[in-house]
Amino acid sequence: MRELLELLEHDARRPVSELASMLQRSEYEVEKEIRELEKNKIILSYNTLINWEKFGDDTVTAIIEVNLLPQREVGFDSIAERIYRFDEVRTVYLMSGSFDLLVIIEGKSLNDVANFVATRLATIEGVTGTRSHFMLKPYKKDGVIINDEERDRRLVVSP
Amino acid sequence: MIEQHSDWEQRLSPGVNAVAPSGIRKFFDIAAQMEDVISLGVGEPDFVTPWSIRESCMYGLEQGYTSYTANRGMPELREEIVLHYARRFGNTYEAATDVLVTVGVSEALDIALRALLSPGDEVLIPEPCYVSYQACTILAGGVPVTVPARLDNEFRITPEELEEHVTEKTKVLLIGYPNNPTGAIMTREDLLKIAAFAEKHDLIIISDEIYGDLTYGDEEHVCFSSLPNMQERTVLLNGFSKAYAMTGWRIGYALGNKAIIAAMTKIHQYTMLCAPITAQVAAIEALRHGEKYMKKMVAEYDRRRRLIYDGLTKMGLSCFEPKGAFYIFPDITSSGYSSNDFAEKLLQAEHVALVPGSAFGACGEGHVRCSYATSIDKISEALNRIENFLKNHRR
Repeated sequence: MRELLELLEHDARRPVSELASMLQRSEYEVEKEIRELEKNKIILSYNTLINWEKFGDDTVTAIIEVNLLPQREVGFDSIAERIYRFDEVRTVYLMSGSFDLLVIIEGKSLNDVANFVATRLATIEGVTGTRSHFMLKPYKKDGVIINDEERDRRLVVSP
Repeated sequence: MIEQHSDWEQRLSPGVNAVAPSGIRKFFDIAAQMEDVISLGVGEPDFVTPWSIRESCMYGLEQGYTSYTANRGMPELREEIVLHYARRFGNTYEAATDVLVTVGVSEALDIALRALLSPGDEVLIPEPCYVSYQACTILAGGVPVTVPARLDNEFRITPEELEEHVTEKTKVLLIGYPNNPTGAIMTREDLLKIAAFAEKHDLIIISDEIYGDLTYGDEEHVCFSSLPNMQERTVLLNGFSKAYAMTGWRIGYALGNKAIIAAMTKIHQYTMLCAPITAQVAAIEALRHGEKYMKKMVAEYDRRRRLIYDGLTKMGLSCFEPKGAFYIFPDITSSGYSSNDFAEKLLQAEHVALVPGSAFGACGEGHVRCSYATSIDKISEALNRIENFLKNHRR
């Protein structure tokens, strides 16, 4: 099961026939296991890592440190939910250290993101402060090097 | 220049002339001309050396590690090697006397044979095997005596088969498991029988265990010198090329008894002086912190192994399921071609490069060696092309 997950995490588009060969199982069994993993929300979704900049889109990504006032009974969870429900918000983590939530936002322009932070995020009750950092250049994302120029330098045939 | 002699080939050393040229050169020349060739003919990992190993080498350069080292290799590296074998197999080697760091296992093999052989001494070599076993034996003045391993015994060698070829002149038994090209391994039981055979005939064993970290399934690699009473009569060869994807660094080592290692060191100090210090620094990092990267690569080879085994079997090529290294050795006799013709026609027709089994000894005829040290996408595409070839070219 772990091996199937590792294979899918690396490449979700692998045909089931290949997965079955690699796992030495039948295609039927692999299909069934995948459905089970989806049903149990162990597999949450299948995403594609896209270099949008190369495609020609100029999106703006901001990483925002958010400080919160925790609430009785629910702690940070209910404020976090008020934040992560926004479509603009890509990622939210509760953090240890000098701030509480790390929020990653994507927008079409600097203005777009600044506006969202000022009017929607900072004004939520319980949010006591925000610090925004704009991302300038991605080098590596989710384990993938963005412009990887290492290539196979081996001889075509060797003993 | 005016040629004064036309007999240059006759003037070369007879030892060199006795060595046959490599059987894979021709394929290399054809494949190198092709644009879209998929190569299953590569005898090295497709991974680049793990970054932490490369990074530690760069740091070493910054710190000025650019000098010669002790002939035997850096003491820290020899300590790490000895510690590794003590932990993993329970060996009791001494770092000061029982280890020699070499320029790849290739050098270690060469100088081991040169240190041991007198003219006419016979070396038992199970085949199919790595291409240099025969050549290095001849160059060292010895006589290679081949012992064919059988597919129906999963390419393992038995004492009965060795017994048929042993003579008064037999001095060394040279084995390489996990095996290039077959992917065969020897179990502890198999090796114990070989150990008894070696004791009976008082042979020295050279055990090339360069693929020792690459085994799959339930059978763990057994180090020959860790068997009872075998450490003293074994010259154990290993290196970093395959397990740590470090082929180009050229770094290996030999472990053995004091006398043999001292003799090998004597040759090494006059011919090589020492292994490159940059590679030695990197090798220390590999042994100290590289295991997790190595394990990840092994897991990946294992998936590819199952994929290629399944694919070849489904298209009707019978093959033994490899248990180690990163090669599979299907039987292609059903195609009607010799292994050489099969490899050449496949390359011409479908642009897939592999190596004919005959390059690894006469008993490799009827097989081809496919390396699965390449990406899953390429393996899948190569399997499609091979299947296509079999449909259109069966004789």
